[in-house]
Amino acid sequence: MITVAGRSSAGPELAISVTGLTKRFGNRTVVDDFDMDVPRGTIYGFLGPNGSGKTTTIRMMCGLLTPDGGGGTCLGFDIRSQSQQIKERVGYMTQRFSLYEDLTIRENLDFIARMYGVRGRRARVDRALEELGLADRARQLAGTLSGGWKQRLSLAACMIHDPELLLLDEPTAGVDPKARRDFWEQIRRLVDGGITALVSTHYMDEAVQCDFIAYIAYGRKLIAGKAREIPRRIGLAMWRVEGENLGALAEELRACPGIDQVARFGSVLHVVGTDAAALDAVAERFARRGPQTWTRDEPGLEDAFIHLMAGAQDNFADRIAS
Amino acid sequence: MSWFSPRRFMAVLAKEFIQMRRDRVTFAMMIGVPLMQLLLFGYAINTDPKHLPTLVEMGDESPVARAVLMGMKTSDYFDFQGIVTSAAEGDRALRDGRANFVVVIPPGFQRDMVRGRRPSILLSVDASDPTAAGGPVAALGGIVDAALKSALDGPLQYAAPEPPPFDYVVHLQFNPEGRTSTYIVPGLLAVILSMTMVMITAVAIVRESERGTIETLISSPVRPIEVMVGKIMPYVLVGYIQTIVFLTAAGLLFQVPFTGSALAFFIGFNLFVITNLALGFLISTVARSQMQAMQISFFTILPTILLSGFMFPFAGMPGWAQTLGTAIPATHFLRLVRKVMLKGAMVQDTLQDMAAITVIMFVITAIAIARYRQTLD
Ligand SMILES: Nc1ncnc2c1ncn2[C@@H]1O[C@H](COP(=O)(O)OP(=O)(O)O)[C@@H](O)[C@H]1O
Ligand SMILES: [Mg+2]
Repeated sequence: MITVAGRSSAGPELAISVTGLTKRFGNRTVVDDFDMDVPRGTIYGFLGPNGSGKTTTIRMMCGLLTPDGGGGTCLGFDIRSQSQQIKERVGYMTQRFSLYEDLTIRENLDFIARMYGVRGRRARVDRALEELGLADRARQLAGTLSGGWKQRLSLAACMIHDPELLLLDEPTAGVDPKARRDFWEQIRRLVDGGITALVSTHYMDEAVQCDFIAYIAYGRKLIAGKAREIPRRIGLAMWRVEGENLGALAEELRACPGIDQVARFGSVLHVVGTDAAALDAVAERFARRGPQTWTRDEPGLEDAFIHLMAGAQDNFADRIAS
Repeated sequence: MSWFSPRRFMAVLAKEFIQMRRDRVTFAMMIGVPLMQLLLFGYAINTDPKHLPTLVEMGDESPVARAVLMGMKTSDYFDFQGIVTSAAEGDRALRDGRANFVVVIPPGFQRDMVRGRRPSILLSVDASDPTAAGGPVAALGGIVDAALKSALDGPLQYAAPEPPPFDYVVHLQFNPEGRTSTYIVPGLLAVILSMTMVMITAVAIVRESERGTIETLISSPVRPIEVMVGKIMPYVLVGYIQTIVFLTAAGLLFQVPFTGSALAFFIGFNLFVITNLALGFLISTVARSQMQAMQISFFTILPTILLSGFMFPFAGMPGWAQTLGTAIPATHFLRLVRKVMLKGAMVQDTLQDMAAITVIMFVITAIAIARYRQTLD
């Protein structure tokens, strides 16, 4: 749990505060006893592999799905009984493109603006088109846009009623790296302007863009907190290894006691363990042997998540076995 | 916060119109299907054939006998193709299909008639296709009466008492519902409206979930009733266009009359269309894909065709089938339309049918709204 300086309960400082959220489809528990506190004015990263329950959780938070257990508030409104108020104040960008492909860009924006009762609609739609850089293509059918443009249009659509909270479900999936970078810059600008963004993603490298992070796997929250603090909180020690023959070395290291995880990032090997002393001993032995160079380093978010995933799998296996 | 926002309703309505306009194929189908059906049922599937080959066995050449034959000829049902000289020859012609009918005027027909002996005209019918025979046979009585009346206007007038001074014998029972294109066309309107209205609404709504746009709708503040009404209204308009096209074509091509109250038709029509659209909406809450929506819609069409009285006379169906048929909206609309178009019915004559449709409409709408989910559960 996060504690925001000086406050610990759900007040106006928390855009989202839910506890014990549970959702079952049939007899499968897809989201299990999930807690989350999202402080206002931050980017909150919601990470987890595919099928871990991110979309389901977001849908419960904005009233699209009814939780089977738990509850909480979104912008101070109860997620079970006040979904109408929540819907009016939240911009929800769905994982799959969900605007009308057979309407033009302008017609889509105009339709959404009318649904939300936006004042000065024409001017607002014009401005959105202008900001999007789509003013000259406003008459093009939305279905003919490329993936990156569809994503930008979706974002513009869910911003059109100037929501206080953005729920963005895998907004960068299937989008090229340049568009991804632009997207994160835009989110940062918006958040600096005062709104809150909950962004789900399964790209671990996007975690660094977030102020806070919650990590979910198999419907259970594994950890949540300030992005910077997460690796340290898990208590990992890490060595970077560079040099020749990393493949063979990795095989050898995996069999070593004291080493929990060996992951390769391009031309670098991250060797990670929870017992720092044991890890250091092994590392120094290998470093003396060479020919690779070993450096002690701070573990990153990705190391932390790989570690969490491995643990979650074990837990999950235990749960199934029992 | 109100339970119904005209602004959001208008937004849905406008969007639906744009989408309809872009989907030219569907729109063309909605206008094309009724016309095609009308032509098929009106011309090709003709249960009331005319100009059927007919032979005559003339036992009497008198003016009265000639008048009877002339009357049959001008009715267009009978096409006289020649004379037979014996009963055996007539039977042979019927058997080998050279003729559908043989008319036998007995010897001394006029003389016997004048003497009040009630002679018989015999109509032998090829009964292998009862539908083909039904129309002419049913029409025969009127034709002969009319012919005689004019023939006896002259010097023989004293011999024309009521009832007609002769019998005609038909060697076949005939179809009491006496189907003609005039009769089938109004019923066809009920079937076509059921088919297109139900299917098109169901598909249009399921398309929202299939394409994922339902998530945009549900995550916005729009309410189910606004979506439902906003999506249905454009198709009411389509129903209007279909009906205007259909009635115009029916009048021009088949001279189907419209003798009753236009207001009765209008009220019944609107009730019926809304009922079908609500049914389409209900189907859309069950179907998971456009394909399924289409299949379920087709599934509802079958009882509409079979049990509504369109195909088979309602009164002739067994009790259980009538009970089922009563629950079908088309049954009542079909009665209303036939009454109004063919029998000159006024509003007060059709109140019962309107009431029945209204009840069905409320039941279907209630179930549809109850089933419509404002969430994705
Ligand atoms: N409507 C549904 N019915 C049944 N199972 C579902 C439904 N929606 C999601 N699931 C299942 O729940 C799990 C979590 O899905 P989801 O929340 O979409 O995960 P994520 O967004 O993290 O990829 C998946 O295994 C998915 O198959
Ligand atoms: Mg998802």
